[in-house]
Amino acid sequence: MFSPDNIFTTTIDKAVRWSRTQSMWPVTFGLACCAIEMMAAGSAKYDLARYGMEVFRASPRQADLMIVAGRVSQKMAPVLRQVYDQMAEPKWVIAMGACSSTGGMFNNYALVQGVDHIVPVDIYVPGCPPGPQSLMHGILTLHDKIMEGEINR
Amino acid sequence: MNEDNNIKDDLDFWATNSEEGGWNISSTDEGSQKMLEEEDEKQIKIQTGSDVVDDYVYSEETTDDERMIVNMGPQHPSTHGVLRLQVELEGEVVRRVKPVIGYLHTGMEKTGEELAYFQGPTNTTRMDYLSPLFNELVFSLTTEKLLDIEVPERAKAIRILMTELNRISSHLVALATGGMDIGALSMMIFGFRERELILNFFEKTSGLRMNHNYIRPGGVAADLPDNWQKDIKEILKIIPEKLKDYDEMLLDNPIWQGRLKNVGILTTEECFAYGITGPSLRASGFSWDLRKTQPYSGIENYEFEVPLLTDSDVFSRWRIKVLEIFESLKIVEQVMDTIPKGAYRIQDKKVTPPPRQRLDESMEALIHHFKIYTEGFKVPPGKAYVAVESPRGELGCYIVSDGSSKPYRMHVRGPSFCNLQALPVIMADSPIADAVAAIASLDPVIGDVDR
Repeated sequence: MFSPDNIFTTTIDKAVRWSRTQSMWPVTFGLACCAIEMMAAGSAKYDLARYGMEVFRASPRQADLMIVAGRVSQKMAPVLRQVYDQMAEPKWVIAMGACSSTGGMFNNYALVQGVDHIVPVDIYVPGCPPGPQSLMHGILTLHDKIMEGEINR
Repeated sequence: MNEDNNIKDDLDFWATNSEEGGWNISSTDEGSQKMLEEEDEKQIKIQTGSDVVDDYVYSEETTDDERMIVNMGPQHPSTHGVLRLQVELEGEVVRRVKPVIGYLHTGMEKTGEELAYFQGPTNTTRMDYLSPLFNELVFSLTTEKLLDIEVPERAKAIRILMTELNRISSHLVALATGGMDIGALSMMIFGFRERELILNFFEKTSGLRMNHNYIRPGGVAADLPDNWQKDIKEILKIIPEKLKDYDEMLLDNPIWQGRLKNVGILTTEECFAYGITGPSLRASGFSWDLRKTQPYSGIENYEFEVPLLTDSDVFSRWRIKVLEIFESLKIVEQVMDTIPKGAYRIQDKKVTPPPRQRLDESMEALIHHFKIYTEGFKVPPGKAYVAVESPRGELGCYIVSDGSSKPYRMHVRGPSFCNLQALPVIMADSPIADAVAAIASLDPVIGDVDR
C-alpha cells in the first residue's frame, strides 16, 4: 500500500497544524445548561465523532480543548484555573454561551463576568444556551484558527 | 387590611436588620447569641474555594489507618454537574459522605429581586435547566395568585401540554445520564436521540430548545404553531416504541439488575425525615404526587395514574421514571384531543401587553405597552407560595410583594436541593462502586441545588 512511489510533500507547519485539528479531545467541563447542549452535540443526531472529538476526557492531562460550558461562579473559578493548568500544551479554550463569555444575564456578586478573567479564550460561542450547531460552528472556527495560526503558542 | 399591616411590619423588620450590619449583632441581653463569627481571611478563602481544607477529618478517627477521604468532584463526569463529594472510605466501603455544594451558585434569587414580574421567568427558567418550563410555570402561578387572576382555559391546557412534554424530556435525560454512569453507554445515545424530538417541538413553539421563557404571568408567550397536532402525534407514536427498546435492552438484563437491585435503599421514613419528594418518594411505596394532591393549572381534568413501586432501591427509582413517561404521554394525548379554543393569554390590559398592530391604532394601547415594558405591572402586597410537581419532586416558589413591580423577595424550593440531602443516607455503608448509581438515581440538577 505504501509503495515508495507515493510521495506526499508538505511543510512541517502544515502537517502539525492539520494533525492538531483532526482529533481534539475536549476535557469534560460541563457546568450548567450549556453542558446539556454539549452532551447533545456529542450524541447521535449531531455526532461530534465526525471531527474526531467525541471522547470527552475526564482527565485534563489527556485533553487539548476546554469547552467551558455554563456559568462560572466565584467558587468554581479556582477549580477551573487548576484544570486548565493541568492540561498539556498545546491547549485551547472555547467559552460556550453568554454566561461564560460575558457573565450573561447574571450581573451579580456570584458569577465571574466572563471566563476570560481567568483563562485565555480562543473562541466565544454566543447563545443562551448555544445549540449544538452553534457549538460545532465554534469548533470549526477554532480549526480554521489553528490552520492559520502559529504552531508555537 | 390587618394582614397587610403584618406584612409591612415584616418588611420593616427585614429592612432594619439588613441596614444595621445584618445578623452580626452582639447585644448584652442574656440568652442572645452571636449568630455569626467574625470571618477572618482564612475562612473567606475556604468559603470561596481557593483554599481547600479537609474539614471532614475529626479527632477520634484520624488514628485509624484504614480510613481515607477521597474527594470526588467538582469536576467529575458522573456527578451530574459540579457536585463535590467528600467520601470517607474504609477499604472499598463508603462510611460517610459529605456533599459540598455551591460551585454553581448564581445568585438567581437576588437577581430575581431586580427583575420585574414579567421578566421573572427569564431568570427562573435557568434554575433547573432540565425542566425549564416547570420553573416558569411555578413562578407564573405564584405571580397570578398574588395578582388574583385566572388565565384562560386554552393557556392552562397549553401549559399542561408543554410541562408534561418537558417531564418526558427531563426523564429521558435522567435515563440517559443514569445509564452512562453505570456503563450502559447505548442508553446515553438513545435518551438524547429521543429527547431531540421533543426539543424540536419546543423550538417550533417557543423559539428555543432550552430556557424558553414561554410560560409567563398571564398565560403563555405565543400560541401553538400550525399543525402542532402532527408533531405531537409523531412524539406519541415514536416514544413508546423506543421505550420498549430500552426495556428490551435493560429490564431483564442481568448486569443492569445486578448493579441496580437492592442498591441505595431509601425508605419512606427516611424520605419523610429528609423532605424527599418526586420519583424517589414514589419508588419507596408512598403515593404522593402534587398533580393529584394539589392540582394546578387544570391538571385534575385529565386521567392518569401515579406509578408506585415499593422496592425503594435504585432499580425502582430508574423504573418509575420509565413508567411516568407513559403517564405523561397519556396526558399529552388527552390535551391534544380536548384543547379548547380561545385566547392563549389573559385579556387583562394591565398584565398583557397589547398586540403589535394595536399600537398604530390606539393611544391607550401604546401607553399600556410602554408602561408594561418599562415599569412592569404592579402586584398587590402580600405573600404567596405555590408548588408544582416537577420531574424531580415538589418545586415551590415563594414570593413576597411590597406592592411594586418587582418581587421584594423570591425564593424557590428546589427539589434537587432537598433530595441531595439523602445522599449520605443512601451511600453510607455501601461499596464505592455503587456511589455513582446512587447519585444518578436521585437525578440531581446542580443548577436547581445551588441557584
